[in-house]
Amino acid sequence: MTADSRLSPSPETVNRLVVLPFQKALEIAFKSIQVRFFRSLITTLSLILAVAFLSFVNVGTDVADGMLASGQPQLRQALIQAGYDIGPEDTSVASTAKQRWIVILSLLVCVVGIINAQLMAVTERFREIGTMKCLGALDRFILRLFVLEAGMQGLAGGTVGALLGALFSLVNATVSYGWDAVAHVAWAEVALSTLVSVGVGFLLSLVGVLYPAALAAKMQPVEAMRVEQ
Amino acid sequence: MNQNSSHNIVRVSDVTKTFQLGKLEVQALKGIDLEISVGNYLSIMGPSGSGKSTLFNMIGGLDKPTTGRVFIDEVDIAQLDAFELAWLRCRKIGYIFQTFNLIQVMTALENVTLPMTFAGVSADDSTQKGLELLKLVGLQDRHQHKPSELSGGQQQRVAVARALANDPAIILADEPTGNLDLTTGEEIINLLKTLSRERQVTIISATHDIKMLNVSDQVVWIRDGRIDKIEDRDELSISIGTIDLKE
Repeated sequence: MTADSRLSPSPETVNRLVVLPFQKALEIAFKSIQVRFFRSLITTLSLILAVAFLSFVNVGTDVADGMLASGQPQLRQALIQAGYDIGPEDTSVASTAKQRWIVILSLLVCVVGIINAQLMAVTERFREIGTMKCLGALDRFILRLFVLEAGMQGLAGGTVGALLGALFSLVNATVSYGWDAVAHVAWAEVALSTLVSVGVGFLLSLVGVLYPAALAAKMQPVEAMRVEQ
Repeated sequence: MNQNSSHNIVRVSDVTKTFQLGKLEVQALKGIDLEISVGNYLSIMGPSGSGKSTLFNMIGGLDKPTTGRVFIDEVDIAQLDAFELAWLRCRKIGYIFQTFNLIQVMTALENVTLPMTFAGVSADDSTQKGLELLKLVGLQDRHQHKPSELSGGQQQRVAVARALANDPAIILADEPTGNLDLTTGEEIINLLKTLSRERQVTIISATHDIKMLNVSDQVVWIRDGRIDKIEDRDELSISIGTIDLKE
């Protein structure tokens, strides 16, 4: 078939011919969040809460570590009174197994919530996705758009959640142990805990969107033609 | 008439399509042969359930036949992989939908430039061309409006401009007037007709709309998965001459 060369170029050329520049994808994803702000907010809210909890627990441990490291007996006593299990030789407070389980569980619930919300979002946008495919979008464009959106939500939600959690944890420490406790906090540790929480939030958001995004990307363009909805 | 002088942009040869509905096999198309030449304005008519939409999707490269072949510009679409199909949809075919299907989060201009972005056209060039196309459909001063701020007819005009973005050889219009009132529907039909004449774009539309017949070069009647009859424009005017058309 000689006519082939005219219409269907080799896959390499097609790669070049059907494109979605990263900048443009970012722009579309950002606008998508902006326009559906309220919906995005709800998706992000569960992430904010879970990340805030993680950050709260980790920063709480950092504060306790600082108090212990200060070597002041009354601070050590205050910690034991608050329920920390500290031996005479311990120099740091390990988070308890129960605490870890609760954190992990809350993160799991959060991921399931994100998957649920994203699946809804994909269903709502079936026609939009189908239309984009009719206009020549490849599966991976759709995937990229959804992952970018989730990445932005994850970053924003993670940051807000981590800061809220850290702040609340510090306020909590001040109220329970007094200014003295906060004076001994190792701020580098707190910053690290906060950053880790942001990272975890970002990752959770990406994990949550993978299945819904794959579903969207696999959609057939003919769906765009359907009249219902 | 340019039917025989130029080559066929679409060729459908002995196409059948079978759908599996649970345990039931439904044959939507039972052997269709059809040739569409460049620059034609073709309407596919038929009652719902006749296989009209199936044939239409097949021609648009949205669906693959069970047996038989569909050639677009002499290329068998069954042979194309995902990349090539995307390329075909991006460059060769423009789609117009009954429900307009503009991307709600984008302005009119962005809707028109999106296919050009996919085709690798630079932002400046696509903006310029997008504005030209919007001017062509008479919406140049509304290019910053979102679809929700436009009327149905205006949205469909934007969709027409978007379909033209990459200078396609074919425009596929699925009931383009189905959601529009009489006058706006007529405007869209006239717009499509002008485009097919001036730009040599082949227009293929699936429709119930009798107004569409008046401007069609060819009408294909589908009944029960087969082609009932193909009428050229001259024969057509006689058979619908009795219907009182507005204006």
